Amino acid sequence: MIGLTLLSIALMVVDHLSDLLDDVRSGLTVVVTPVYVVADYPNRTAELVQQMFTSRDGLQEQVISLEEQLLLMKVKTEKMSALTAENNRLRDLLGSAAKLQDNVLVAELVGVDPDPNKHEVVIDKGTQHDVFVGQPVLDAEGLMGQVIEVSPLTSRVLLISDQSHSVPVQVVRSNLRLIAQGAGVTRQLDLMHVQGTADIRQGDLLVSSGLGNRFPVGYPVGIVTQFEHDPSQPFAKATANPSAMLDRSRYVLLVFTEASLREPVSGSGS
Amino acid sequence: MATVAGERDSSLWVILLTFTVAMLFSVVSLPEFIPWQLGYLRPQWVELVLIYWIMALPHRIGIFSAWVLGLFVDVLTGSLLGQHGVAFIIVAYIASSLYQRLRMFAVWQQSLIVFVTIGISQLVNFWVENFVGLSQWDMRFLLSALVSAMLWPWVFLVLRHLRRLFNVS
Repeated sequence: MIGLTLLSIALMVVDHLSDLLDDVRSGLTVVVTPVYVVADYPNRTAELVQQMFTSRDGLQEQVISLEEQLLLMKVKTEKMSALTAENNRLRDLLGSAAKLQDNVLVAELVGVDPDPNKHEVVIDKGTQHDVFVGQPVLDAEGLMGQVIEVSPLTSRVLLISDQSHSVPVQVVRSNLRLIAQGAGVTRQLDLMHVQGTADIRQGDLLVSSGLGNRFPVGYPVGIVTQFEHDPSQPFAKATANPSAMLDRSRYVLLVFTEASLREPVSGSGS
Repeated sequence: MATVAGERDSSLWVILLTFTVAMLFSVVSLPEFIPWQLGYLRPQWVELVLIYWIMALPHRIGIFSAWVLGLFVDVLTGSLLGQHGVAFIIVAYIASSLYQRLRMFAVWQQSLIVFVTIGISQLVNFWVENFVGLSQWDMRFLLSALVSAMLWPWVFLVLRHLRRLFNVS
């Protein structure tokens, strides 16, 4: 018993301080993957039942609204592609690096961490789909988090609302750079070290600033919900509401920036 | 002799199956309409099943099985490798040193022991997570032990029924 306890403690230390055990873990994860898949069935069935009992009228309405959305999106994309081209041309003129076009991979949620203190989810794409640790994860509305653990078929994503997670952000209106830390509550981010006189107000949009080279530039992170400065405190209290539907999204996007696509190639020495 | 070994093998499946189902229960995702705070009430299914099997079959399920099980739970919940290992060793140690008494107890008395045991293991989990800075100190982790203790009588009845049905020994 003492031996096993010591062994466990040694394992924990090694696991915490190094990535030596990552292969063991990803091997064991493959064994427990079926558990996750089966545990997701109640949700899946609920969705299926809901689909089965949708009326014809409801479906028609849905199709119409989706078609409208598609039309709007198409118009926006056309405008976007023109703007991207123009932006890249201007950047060329300025001699700065071209804005990268990001590739995405759609993944589906298969599990949520049962511990309410940890904001982690499991998705159904892994190293077989070239997912890597540190990969940014988005949903349709904004930045969701990053991959922290990969196994061949699944990977674990840390959400931006987790207490141990921070994102470098930028206020769109004033270009002010800040750090948004998870508050451990699903729909809240805390902005760290905000000056009392900072140019920031309620309703400001925060986007990822790209500093730290982890998250791509310019994806929405949240909307500022509160900005208060108590003169007795060194910093103002500012909170934001994450744009991504952290607790609702079933489908997420894994981002492959061009830099990260190039990296594995140069790493393998080809 | 061969048939006895065969029966043992087949009964092993029952034990493994109950552990798998317990793991399933412990990660099954809650529907969206349930507030996330209720997650604190999630009972420790695997530990409940572990306590039962140690109590019923102390010669087959012991500290080593508990440790291996703990490693799988670690992988399942993404905690540090060995964290649930230690917690389960403690549960197994308490249960296997008390199994003769536990068998004599009424179910509600067993529930009390279950509460204390799972409470201690939760405390260990919490210490480890605190140590690596994952969560902040609060007493809500004891709620899970409380709910587990309240569920014990039913878990006990169901598992005893299964054990008798499949003649696990």
